Amino acid sequence: MNNTLFRKHIISIPELSRDDLELIVETAGKLKAKPNPTLLKNKVIASCFFEPSTRTRLSFETAVQRLGGTVIGFDNAGNTSLTKKGETLSDSVQVIASYVSAFIMRHPKEGAARLASEFSNNVPIINGGDGANQHPTQTLLDLFSIFETQGTLDNLNIALIGDLKYGRTVHSLTQALAKFNNTNFFFISPEILAMPDYILQELDSAGINYSLHNDIESVVDDLDVLYMTRVQKERFDESEYAHMKATFILTADMLSNARDNLKVLHPLPRIDEITTDVDKTKHAYYFEQAENGVYAREALLALVLNEQF
Amino acid sequence: MTNKHKLQVEAINNGTVIDHIPANLGIKILKLFNLASNKQRVTIGLNLPSSALGHKDLIKIENVFINEHQANQLALYAPHATVNKIEEYVVSGKLKISLPEKITAIFACPNSNCITHNEPVDSSFTVISKDSNLQLKCKYCEKSFSRKIMTECN
Repeated sequence: MNNTLFRKHIISIPELSRDDLELIVETAGKLKAKPNPTLLKNKVIASCFFEPSTRTRLSFETAVQRLGGTVIGFDNAGNTSLTKKGETLSDSVQVIASYVSAFIMRHPKEGAARLASEFSNNVPIINGGDGANQHPTQTLLDLFSIFETQGTLDNLNIALIGDLKYGRTVHSLTQALAKFNNTNFFFISPEILAMPDYILQELDSAGINYSLHNDIESVVDDLDVLYMTRVQKERFDESEYAHMKATFILTADMLSNARDNLKVLHPLPRIDEITTDVDKTKHAYYFEQAENGVYAREALLALVLNEQF
Repeated sequence: MTNKHKLQVEAINNGTVIDHIPANLGIKILKLFNLASNKQRVTIGLNLPSSALGHKDLIKIENVFINEHQANQLALYAPHATVNKIEEYVVSGKLKISLPEKITAIFACPNSNCITHNEPVDSSFTVISKDSNLQLKCKYCEKSFSRKIMTECN
């Protein structure tokens, strides 16, 4: 397959084509099956986290090292020139990008990665999350986990559950799966945390099937993928939260008539929306999904920094 | 010339007249588009009677000719404004305003957490539909805003 990702900035899921997504998923599968510790040999990669993120940073840095590269960077902006001396992000990026082959970054402000791509002098920027906007590598590892467990990204019944209003993960995953054939979405959330209209309008104009629900049990038996997310307690008053908690919690009992191939995914950390008895069922896949973050990020780095391999 | 037919705002020899600006937006447009920044004479009429709008604002800028691209940037605020080029006291050209595909370096992003507020870059918005559901999408934070929100925040 032609490597369309070579030297490309990875900022936002809507910019990636179906072919791009398939190439990443396929490459992640190959690197999981057969590690290749030479793809980033002699390359230094920046991993700059202007706000903390344990899983994303550690899996990116693991990915770099497994491919033979080395990492420079920081895990929070507290001790950098930006915070200490008031340097702009544009200046920081310009300088750090001159040291490295690729620049992985997370930043609390929306649009930070796009801005960085304009100051990096063509050094590829990889967005590890920009505020509430995009977190493309989460979506890539989600797609890889779905492909790995279902053998396809077409013809899937997928439920997205929890905070569908504010959760950037579910927005990006919906936009990505909408690029595949015959996806059937079930959006399950309290009314005040429903999927935003702009996403539903995108699905409408693309002629993609979706339905809205307010409980898990009425649809669970029809699903191939059940994607849980955390509902943040601070968005509710106490009585609302108690009601919501009871309705949007997944327990092992609820999966008794589920399809054999059903897999439960979650971007983690979970709090109490998936009870621990689900962990022992054949449907639980969230810990493997977290592990897949390393392979998806390896695939992305390998493709961005090697035209062929 | 009798008082009845006297111009409401003094005529200019050469320059640009922006007419049919909705009342109360004249000052805002003057400021937002930096129309008074080049030391040329600017005259402004506010709350002038208008048969089409009831009341309107009007701006005349001496010795400055604005091009179609610049005129189109006005479209979000004043879609029905007319932009006339004046030479030797005569209208020598009219620009029809239409919404551009991009609006750059005019509006601040209404999203207070957008990176553009802290960095040395121009704001940039893509106009994503040209019907009544017009939305402007920020190139950086990727959020979309209605005309109402955009004009209220700027």
